[in-house]
Amino acid sequence: MPSVAISASRLTKRFGDRVAVDGVDFDVEVGECFGLLGPNGAGKTTTVRMIHAFTPITAGDLVVLGLRVDDEPVAVKRRLGVVPQEENLDPDLTPWENLMVFARYFDIPRAEARRRAADLLEFVGLTSRAASPLDELSGGMKRRLLIARALLNQPELLILDEPTTGLDPQARHLVWQRLRALKAQGVTQVLTTHYMDEAAQLCDRVALMDAGRILRQGRPADLIRAEVGEEVIEIRGDEALHRAAVAALDGKSLRWERAGDTLYCYCADGRELLPALSTLKPAHLLHRPASLEDLFLKVAGRSLQE
Amino acid sequence: MPHRWPTRRAVRVWERNLTVFRKYSLPSLIGPSIGEPLLYLLGLGFGLGTLVGTVGGLRYVEFVAPGMVMSSTMFAAAYECTYGAYVRMIHQRTYEAIITTPLSLEDVVAGDILWGASKGAFNGTVMLAVVGLFGLAPSPWTLAVPVIIALLAVLFACLSQVVAALAKSFEFFNYYLTLVITPMFLFCGVFFPLESLPRWAQGLARFLPLTYAVEATRALMRGRPSAQALLPILWLVPPTIVAFLLAARLVRRRLIH
Ligand SMILES: Nc1ncnc2c1ncn2[C@@H]1O[C@H](COP(=O)(O)OP(=O)(O)O)[C@@H](O)[C@H]1O
Ligand SMILES: [Mg+2]
Repeated sequence: MPSVAISASRLTKRFGDRVAVDGVDFDVEVGECFGLLGPNGAGKTTTVRMIHAFTPITAGDLVVLGLRVDDEPVAVKRRLGVVPQEENLDPDLTPWENLMVFARYFDIPRAEARRRAADLLEFVGLTSRAASPLDELSGGMKRRLLIARALLNQPELLILDEPTTGLDPQARHLVWQRLRALKAQGVTQVLTTHYMDEAAQLCDRVALMDAGRILRQGRPADLIRAEVGEEVIEIRGDEALHRAAVAALDGKSLRWERAGDTLYCYCADGRELLPALSTLKPAHLLHRPASLEDLFLKVAGRSLQE
Repeated sequence: MPHRWPTRRAVRVWERNLTVFRKYSLPSLIGPSIGEPLLYLLGLGFGLGTLVGTVGGLRYVEFVAPGMVMSSTMFAAAYECTYGAYVRMIHQRTYEAIITTPLSLEDVVAGDILWGASKGAFNGTVMLAVVGLFGLAPSPWTLAVPVIIALLAVLFACLSQVVAALAKSFEFFNYYLTLVITPMFLFCGVFFPLESLPRWAQGLARFLPLTYAVEATRALMRGRPSAQALLPILWLVPPTIVAFLLAARLVRRRLIH
């Protein structure tokens, strides 16, 4: 069995003059969960849509499960599951009917489709809702139904475009648990998100995207350690306070950064710095591990680019 | 870009639509597509018919019956492939959902057209049966009318799918129904012989596909179909192919970027 599920090189998508995906390179290994991370407009959806043969690629190479997507879209789609960013269930059908109708597109025999639909509804915790009208389902339930639908053909690769955007915390955690269970079953996953904590929860490796480019990729912990450090101290207050804090830390050759009302101090071990800082009595002083968010803000910058 | 042709998988889309339809069958059956022509048949055929007397040797109700069969076919196909297709394509994103499976967009378009055509053909056939029950189609050749129904249904399904692919909102369909479908209903020999139109209008009507369908159906129902009456039906085929290719291309241009 090949160890690479997706191989993209110089992958490019242009919409007229606008470059949505700008020559990106990445590989996704079989069995891993790979995250495309970035703000709205980064090019995540466009990238995954090229992977599932929805959007034709402008340039570059894209091989999915050993097949060139351009040449064999049907063969690729047969082995993929797709959870789209925008919900597109059949509103006239119940969850059960949604699954049974979708199974036909893959030529799954009826008896087998019934078995899988029952198992999948169970897996996403919707068994009791199998016959409910679709408009009685919450956003989280619909998202879980989309996941069940994407699993009908027992895909080797599952693509999830912002699987938890707009969900409440309980619903998010439920989705995360199901995705981790799938990973344990060996389903390769590519997911997009702009939630850095989601990527940290789920992804073995991530690619940070911004404006159509991949800025960094690798294991979240490695990337954070290499670029941000171990820990972060946040000090909120006015400019005078920030200056005092920097003076207090003087000589420790730390990296710091001011953004609005907050001073971020990146360090290996913040405990030794805290006493000096707390004497300044800032309104808000937070000591925490460095996160993907810090990394992202560092490499993509803090300014909003619309 | 070379044209992509639909495959047999298109039937899956037809099946999907049938599944949905079965849940809501009654209202859409007695909806405008059968109800309206039936009312016209009763009201105009039997009511107005007492004033009109005979047309070309036929009682008026006999004259109107073939046109009712054809126009119910046309209306049903047109409604389904405008409003119905638009809802699936745009509002519900059903097309996008389906093309993540082995089906291509061309399969989806073909399946949806097939479905719209089936509804047209079904309604037309029901009307044909009603007309038969009223004794308005005495000729055994009437049994061949479903072929014309099928051709007309597919044509209007394809044309309407083109309109759906171009529409920005439901409003657009009012234009189509008022400016394209209704004029055909009125001027293609359904209610009066083409010969009663001025020459130039007759010339225009000769461009409209419904004209040929109505004339051929009338000929079959009267029992003496001549080649001259039947062969023009073949003129329905080229616009069908053109409209299908155009619909597939327009839907692709609309959904795939
Ligand atoms: N169909 C389209 N036509 C033109 N521009 C598009 C289209 N789809 C996306 N874009 C643009 O491409 C860029 C990337 O979009 P997208 O892939 O949706 O980003 P993300 O999913 O990361 O939010 C954005 O600037 C967006 O406006
Ligand atoms: Mg997106």
